[in-house]
Amino acid sequence: MNGLTFDIAHLLAGGLVLVSFMMLYQDRLFALINVFALHAVVLALSVAWQAYVQDAHHLYVTAAIALVFKAIVIPVGLHRIIQRLGIHRDIETAVGIGPTMLAGIGLVTLSMVLMLRVTPEADPLAREDLAFALSIILLGLLVMVTRRNAVSQVVGFMSLENGLVLAATGAKGMPLVVEISVAFSILIAFIVIGVFLFRIRERFDSVDVGALDDYRGERR
Amino acid sequence: MTPVVALPLCGVAALLGVAILAVAVSRHGSATRLVYGATLAISALVFVIVTGALADDRAGASAITLPLGLPWIGAHFRLDSLSLFFLVVVNLSGALASLYGLGYGRHETAPHRVLPFFPAFLAGMNLVVLADDAFTFLLSWEFMSLASWALVMAHHREQDNTRAGYIYLVMASFGTLALLLAFGLLAGPDGTYAFDAMRAAEPSRFIAAAVLVLMLLGAGSKAGLVPLHVWLPLAHPAAPSHVSALMSGVMTKVAIYGFIRVVFDLLGEPAWWSGVVVLFLGGLTAVLGILYALMEKDLKRLLAYSTIENIGVIFASLGLALAFKANAMPSAAALALTASLFHVLNHSFFKSLLFFGAGAVLTATGERNMEKLGGLIHRMPLTSFVFLVGCVSISALPPFNGFASEWLAFQAILQSPDLQQWGLKVMVPAVGGLLALSAALAAACFVKAFGITFLGRARSAVVESAHEVDRWSLAAMFVLAVLCLLAGILPGFIIDGLSPVTLSLIGDRMPVQAVQPWLSIVPIAESRSSYNGLLVFVFIAISASLAALVIHRFASHALRRGPAWGCGFAEAVPTAQYTAVSFAQPIRRVFGTFAFRARENVEMPPPGAIGPARLNVEIHDVIWETFYQPIAGAIDFTTERLNHLQFLTIRRYLTLVFLYLVTLLLVLALWP
Repeated sequence: MNGLTFDIAHLLAGGLVLVSFMMLYQDRLFALINVFALHAVVLALSVAWQAYVQDAHHLYVTAAIALVFKAIVIPVGLHRIIQRLGIHRDIETAVGIGPTMLAGIGLVTLSMVLMLRVTPEADPLAREDLAFALSIILLGLLVMVTRRNAVSQVVGFMSLENGLVLAATGAKGMPLVVEISVAFSILIAFIVIGVFLFRIRERFDSVDVGALDDYRGERR
Repeated sequence: MTPVVALPLCGVAALLGVAILAVAVSRHGSATRLVYGATLAISALVFVIVTGALADDRAGASAITLPLGLPWIGAHFRLDSLSLFFLVVVNLSGALASLYGLGYGRHETAPHRVLPFFPAFLAGMNLVVLADDAFTFLLSWEFMSLASWALVMAHHREQDNTRAGYIYLVMASFGTLALLLAFGLLAGPDGTYAFDAMRAAEPSRFIAAAVLVLMLLGAGSKAGLVPLHVWLPLAHPAAPSHVSALMSGVMTKVAIYGFIRVVFDLLGEPAWWSGVVVLFLGGLTAVLGILYALMEKDLKRLLAYSTIENIGVIFASLGLALAFKANAMPSAAALALTASLFHVLNHSFFKSLLFFGAGAVLTATGERNMEKLGGLIHRMPLTSFVFLVGCVSISALPPFNGFASEWLAFQAILQSPDLQQWGLKVMVPAVGGLLALSAALAAACFVKAFGITFLGRARSAVVESAHEVDRWSLAAMFVLAVLCLLAGILPGFIIDGLSPVTLSLIGDRMPVQAVQPWLSIVPIAESRSSYNGLLVFVFIAISASLAALVIHRFASHALRRGPAWGCGFAEAVPTAQYTAVSFAQPIRRVFGTFAFRARENVEMPPPGAIGPARLNVEIHDVIWETFYQPIAGAIDFTTERLNHLQFLTIRRYLTLVFLYLVTLLLVLALWP
């Protein structure tokens, strides 16, 4: 492993974390989806770079899947959903941006400390990769937790899946089956949640998951 | 020697087959006869086989591994002398309960709730005794518990039965949890679940102590050790009577088997203090159990409380055996262990007999409350006779079997001056005193049980219409009565039959009894003590016949009828008779204040009023109030507080999961 390949892998994975941070402070749905598309593009680049470094051609397929589905198909689909629902003007963070960013920084620190402690013998590239992947997963969860709107929770969930893909490709010799299944699971989740959104809409005239709570007679 | 262990397993398979068959045919008219007939045949067959194997000294341990259960372990089964002895107890009682069920089951209102579970319950008890790895043992144990729970819930619409079933389920789960932890500790970090590996391993002192405590919790809660006994007097009487007999007479013994198997067999050399703990719990259980029984008016609950007393006696003997074993006194340890195993056998005899008798009374009168019975000896002479035999046996009166085993236990207690530790030197005589007290109280208790139920005059109309029960039930009771007598006058054969068990667990045995003249038994040496049940029996028989002869021959033949003295009562109505509560009053006065916080207060009518004066007796179940009510209160409090967690928003749930994950990661990151 020479210095340049390591640096580029590091740069791409770090970029992915940075894009995750960008997601945290988007308070418009369209902007959030655009950032998610960017996230998927960076992921595709990172996976492609891993394919090149590890000389594993099947990873190019994974990169292509990430690019086509996550960067194009799903964001376009979500755009259309939002337009049909007419919620593109909603502002919907539940927690203020400052605390969210601070929490995100804390999570990244946590995953770095944890990963560097538990994997001292591992290959440095895989080690960095895992640390970044864990940060992305935690940030994705944070997006889900700090949003009220079902669409942005879906986006948070999918960025979480991106972290998983990053972790899977960072490890050498992971067979293709895994990535395909991950990609398909996301697609299915997207379809299911899309249907679910329309169902909520039909019932409650809103995709705010708070409506479900109101329906159950609860107070937030 | 594989066939020996295979045969009881075939019996178990056959019992399970009967259980499945019973599900199919249980609503059919002849199902009762079919199912109980089949269980009778299977249990009797297994009984004959295992008795033959136990009597045959050369039969060593035989093991078999079946490809069932966990794939990498399989199901290990093993038959050694200890499991053979307990198989004898289980299957003999099982066969007699089936015989009794042939008659008793006809009065069952909901046979489809009883018939499928009865064979399953028998199969479960057999499996526990046969199991030779922790997984099979726990699975069989749980199967046995659940089958018996289903039988307890057979009459779930009756008052209090649902509560009994609920408490039983909670206590059984708690016990299994304790056993699970005990086996986990025994298996060690490698997870060796086979008993062979556990036997070979040498657990550290701390682990051995923890396993002993967990076994006392796990097996003790099933056997009914105080203070874990609370479910027993509720659940045992709730089941149909032949099942009550099995639960009281046999299932508690299976729990004792588990205790012996782990503590004597798997755990290796005991520490001397373990004897102190077991002795203390045994003595406490014996006295408290019989005191509870004395306060009871319900016949079946009285019997269940008396089971607790007998479990206490058995555990006290086991504690003695542990103490002697730890002090390298093998012959005394063999004596104590023989006493406890002999009492296991005896208790299964007379407790089954008494529960069958109580079931017969229940069938004839529909009444369990002794205050409404009385005078049944005129209506049910045969049942009264066998019930009397059971009462005499359980009160440990010679020449019946209860005396023989309790006498052996006291002989073991008399060996205590040779012990080294002062803790034991003080504890053993103290427990001896407790056991003597409980034996005396047991006699009082069964005088009450027999006297109030069968003697005197009828206290309610149901007794007037009672008549003798069917032949099947009577046959089962008579067999048990004969067994009680035989075990009492010929104890030497049973002691010799138990010698392989003590040899394998302790490495020593009691002296060979078969060579003693005139069928005496000699626990240590002829010069110290001996007992001859046959001689006592012959003496009692001859002196009683002579007395009867003299009275009938030489006393006056003139029949005179005169007015009976009414004890100062103006009206000699049946309600003016001595009642169960009044019989127990002196004992309640002596022990009640500290054992039950009993209080009596007299309500006098104001001067001039014509209402009667009333004596109110207030009794508290101190153990329930001190141990269980605070726990139940704490659980209620916590669930009340946690209840609104059920109604959070989706985002809050996500947040909870997220925070939990972050906390776990933080712990991982900060762990030194």
